[in-house]
Amino acid sequence: MSGYLRPATLGEAVAALCTGGATVLAGGTDLYPARVGRAIDDTLLDISALAELRGIGVTDGGWRFGALATWRDVLAADLPPLFDGLKAAAREVGGTQIQNRGTIGGNLCNASPAADGVPNWLTLDATVELASPTGSRRLPVAAFVLGNRRTARREDELLVAVHVPRPDRPARGTFRKLGARRYLVISIVMVAAVAEFAADGTVASARIAVGAASEVAQRLPSLEARLIGRRPDPSLVREEDLAPLAPIDDVRATAAYRRDAALALVRRAIADLA
Amino acid sequence: MRSPALPHRFFVNGRDVEAIAPPAMRLSEVLRDVLGLKGTKVGCDAGDCGACTVLVDGAQVCACLVPVAQVVGRAVETVEGLARDGRLHALQAAFLRHGAAQCGICTPGMLMAAADLLRRVPSPSEAEVLDALGGVLCRCTGYRKIVAAVLEAARGGAEAEPLVGGGVGARLARVDGVAKVTGEDRFGADWLPERAWLTLRAVRSPYPHARFRFGDLDAFRRRHPGLVAILTAADVPGANRFGIYPTGKDQPVFAEGYVRMLGEPVCALVGDAETIAAIRDEEVPIAWEPLPPVSFDDALAGSTPDLHPHAPANVLCRGRIACGDVDAALATAPHRAAVAIETGFVEHAYIEPEAGYAERIGDGIEIVACTQTPYMDRDEIALILGIPPERVRIVPTAVGGGFGGKLDLSLQPMIAIAAWRTGRPVRCVYTRPESMRTTTKRHPARIVAEAGCDEEGRLLAVRFHGDFNTGAYASWGPTVASRVPVHAMGPYRIPNVRATTAAIHTTDTPAGAFRGFGVPQAAIAHEALMDALADRLGMDRLEFRLRNALRRGDATATGQVLDHSVGLVACLEALRPRWQALRAEADAFNRSSSGPFRRGVGIACMWYGIGNTAMSNPSEMTIGLAADGTITLYSGAVDIGQGSNTVMVQISAEALGVAPHAIRLVAGDTARTRDAGKTSASRQTFVSGNAARLAALDLRRQILALANAGPDARIVPVPGGVEIHDGDRTLRPDLSRLERDANGDVLVGFGRFDPPTTALDADGRGVPYATYAFGAQIALVEVDRELGTTRVLRMVAAHDVGRAINPTLVEGQIHGGIAQGIGLALMEEYLPGRNDNLHDYLIPTIGDVPPIEVILIEDAEPLGPFGAKGVGEPALIATAPAILGAIDHATGVRVTRVPATPDRLRAAILATR
Ligand SMILES: Cc1cc2nc3c(=O)[nH]c(=O)nc-3n(C[C@H](O)[C@H](O)[C@H](O)COP(=O)(O)OP(=O)(O)OC[C@H]3O[C@@H](n4cnc5c(N)ncnc54)[C@H](O)[C@@H]3O)c2cc1C
Ligand code: FES
Ligand code: FES
Repeated sequence: MSGYLRPATLGEAVAALCTGGATVLAGGTDLYPARVGRAIDDTLLDISALAELRGIGVTDGGWRFGALATWRDVLAADLPPLFDGLKAAAREVGGTQIQNRGTIGGNLCNASPAADGVPNWLTLDATVELASPTGSRRLPVAAFVLGNRRTARREDELLVAVHVPRPDRPARGTFRKLGARRYLVISIVMVAAVAEFAADGTVASARIAVGAASEVAQRLPSLEARLIGRRPDPSLVREEDLAPLAPIDDVRATAAYRRDAALALVRRAIADLA
Repeated sequence: MRSPALPHRFFVNGRDVEAIAPPAMRLSEVLRDVLGLKGTKVGCDAGDCGACTVLVDGAQVCACLVPVAQVVGRAVETVEGLARDGRLHALQAAFLRHGAAQCGICTPGMLMAAADLLRRVPSPSEAEVLDALGGVLCRCTGYRKIVAAVLEAARGGAEAEPLVGGGVGARLARVDGVAKVTGEDRFGADWLPERAWLTLRAVRSPYPHARFRFGDLDAFRRRHPGLVAILTAADVPGANRFGIYPTGKDQPVFAEGYVRMLGEPVCALVGDAETIAAIRDEEVPIAWEPLPPVSFDDALAGSTPDLHPHAPANVLCRGRIACGDVDAALATAPHRAAVAIETGFVEHAYIEPEAGYAERIGDGIEIVACTQTPYMDRDEIALILGIPPERVRIVPTAVGGGFGGKLDLSLQPMIAIAAWRTGRPVRCVYTRPESMRTTTKRHPARIVAEAGCDEEGRLLAVRFHGDFNTGAYASWGPTVASRVPVHAMGPYRIPNVRATTAAIHTTDTPAGAFRGFGVPQAAIAHEALMDALADRLGMDRLEFRLRNALRRGDATATGQVLDHSVGLVACLEALRPRWQALRAEADAFNRSSSGPFRRGVGIACMWYGIGNTAMSNPSEMTIGLAADGTITLYSGAVDIGQGSNTVMVQISAEALGVAPHAIRLVAGDTARTRDAGKTSASRQTFVSGNAARLAALDLRRQILALANAGPDARIVPVPGGVEIHDGDRTLRPDLSRLERDANGDVLVGFGRFDPPTTALDADGRGVPYATYAFGAQIALVEVDRELGTTRVLRMVAAHDVGRAINPTLVEGQIHGGIAQGIGLALMEEYLPGRNDNLHDYLIPTIGDVPPIEVILIEDAEPLGPFGAKGVGEPALIATAPAILGAIDHATGVRVTRVPATPDRLRAAILATR
């Protein structure tokens, strides 16, 4: 079957999903490149007209990023230093054309191991909000992105928003992306880091995640724990901290290199937080 | 099946439009095929090239990623909307003036991205320009002139009309430039037949090496009503073979039960576009029997079955040059160095995938497609259709980049056969993956070389062997095998040389012609040797090269004495102050920096024989004067972006003694022009330029004779005829009484030039080229030692071009060559079947090409038109070795496997610890 639906309300959209078989279309920057040279014969559910899925705003507990927020929206939003990493990622996704169209929701649902959004959401402690005809549920990002192009999203669910809790203390984020050229480059490895700081400038809590070095971006718990109570210092990073990573060889780089470069980037990310 | 077409209303360039199309149709396709706005180009359909950039509600987007349903009610702006009331937009004028459009296929996208920027940021910084244009790839210009044009347009500097006037030596704006900046130029996919046409798609092998049998194709065809024909080898009217060399036609149009490469066409589907798009290759009834692939390693080891009967042990051919006694000289040389170099496949990555259509006209065939070599296409198509060449007409479209990759036939034989068989026009447009997977590449090379010098640093001997992976079919493999030995030792005086090559068949993509025919790979080896010897002696790397540089009167390894135009010493001397300053700057940086960053400066020399190697390669041109005074140059030289249209006009204007704008140009069409050979081997300016000069001189002589004027008289085109100003006499010959030819011309000048060369003997002795281009480049790089990444910070390039007919175009070639050299050195490696798209195969973006200083050396070549030689390929050759030398200076690591990707460089750095 083929068809094209562009509902105006979330209710209609989830109702359409429930009949099954529809592919969700947001900015199309992942969907169209996967269909080069062949007919677009999917039934598409174009969600771009759903006002409920737009915008970036403050909520009681923190911030809400509508699934349709584009990378450009992220760049333009008035956000505290906690989001410096997410903004840095937004600035380096593709080129301006891709930033103008690609959405944070599409990036998460596409679940590429090299998705620049994912490690950032992990360090922001974000949860996703999913809607289906039977109601809505929330999941931490770590429980949502399950593997290479695999998520916990059921066929009848739509990603509606990403929620980021407000930290108790002042916090800052950073992001380091490594690619083999300046623009339009898929990450060989990338590192996101967020730290919350105590009044004396030491780290109260830290979250560090490495992407493109395993099927899903991974946090580095041993390093996160070691940073607590100290000032961010790259020399605190140890090779064993990268144990959660499982990099592979591909056209972009070797596994050994990914591990080695991840170590250097993690150190630099920690230095950024200092 | 796609969803049914629906009306979509939106605005295009302020106009309210309604497009009837399926809602998911790409906006690029709607603009081009539904609304007929072909200014928006398509290079990949995947967001990777940015050629399709348009503005939606003022923001730049890739039109190939936008479903038309999402622009309903919104404002779309395309390149067609930039010029107003016949006046170019400031950006367009600046692009024209700076030579920022070469082939022009990226230009509409670049202009729209820039328009978006200037609206948001009226006075952008250079960094803001880079960010805004970072999503559009250009393979021709090296981006620097684009950056300069955008900055100038922002300053309002280009409001004035673009430069006009001037013959040889003038920075004339491209004669075909306005069409390129307005989006009016028509490339392969932009031409459509007037009659209803059929679409063709090849069904291709999913295996690199296999046997196959067809199932019931007739039954399959009957199941798809829109499928008009399935063409196989049995449908080829003439020879099911093509190839560059008359004796080496080894490539079938359609495979005959056996394939030697991934993507080899086995049959073609012909029918209406929608039907063809809906059929997947896997559905076509073909039984495959995969065979083990033949890799380069295995073929070199000699352990593979022969892929072609004429190439025992998979050796297609060998090349050899020898002089002196290399072994003895090396054995006794006080200083020696050796290297082993490895390079990979490099993809041309022109932004325009192959496209065109064919139409049967009576008992002849017309092919309208992008090509670098209309006359060779004509002759090959004639053999394939089994008709005489005169019945084949090739009409080259504008070419969206070639670089050697559009010298070989691609889709032309298939559309020709389809149009011949069905009697209807047949069109084909390659997808990006199809283009990358099936067309030729730069040859991967394995080179071992050794050199020796005396205590004073004088080179004594070079020994060189290179194996080149020529892939499944010969293509230009023999050219690489014969050209490389001549150049393998570099542009140096060396008494003892032995250089050998072999072209090896594998089941990889065919390797063919790519800017330099193997010489860029060889230069990586000889320049590594020069650095190593200089270091061993403790001598400055530039001074070492200078000591050995070829000078006028020297003999090359083929025994050819260079009597004229040997500008290498001048290049090196011009570079010396930059070299010393940059080396000092880098050393100071390294002393003061404690972080992971290290800077280095490298230098490399190159030379390049202009034209074909040791064989005749003539060009012919005609130039006509019509009774109304119109002067028309009929040029068979195809402009693939490098600017030959403009150069031919400038040369003929100079020779005729008129202003360039007085000359009208007819280019390419085999029915209207003479054979000017192919656009390759950097030969068009030198060879075809000479033919243009001779044709113009011939016409001048005829015009002056008509008026009985003296040899110094001036020819002045005036409305309705020409005036001749001879001293104080003004003559106006009556042209109306002269007989007109088919073109309406009453006088026709003819010119022919064939560069004087000789065949080479068994030791490679002889005169392989009439003249050589020389050059040297410096690279300043910064290496991140922890990550293995390299950034090129600056390039300085000195090139002896004989004479710069148009300095803007020459600089454009050098910039573009450098950008490709950066790609070769740092990021480009095509892995058959693994990275046939522009997001896994990386070419430099606007942020990867640093400021470039060009120094033009004009050591006139007496044989050349007004002293000119060539620059197209020379521009690229020195770049990669200069960068590798700079990395060595920065890190102490000599990279011997290119590209020096971050993982390879980091591994090499770790290995030295
Ligand atoms: C040239 C280019 C460069 C790129 N560079 C980068 C880069 O540097 N870093 C990076 O991370 N990514 C990059 N991308 C990938 C892509 O742009 C991003 O992942 C983008 O954010 C995807 O968003 P979208 O709205 O375009 O997704 P779409 O293509 O619309 O959708 C992607 C997938 O998610 C599903 N989906 C989308 N929205 C929802 C939803 N709300 N609920 C349920 N399912 C949904 C779709 O069905 C589809 O499977 C690049 C892409 C291109 C073409
Ligand atoms: S055609 Fe759209 S980005 Fe290449
Ligand atoms: S001019 Fe940019 S691709 Fe040719």
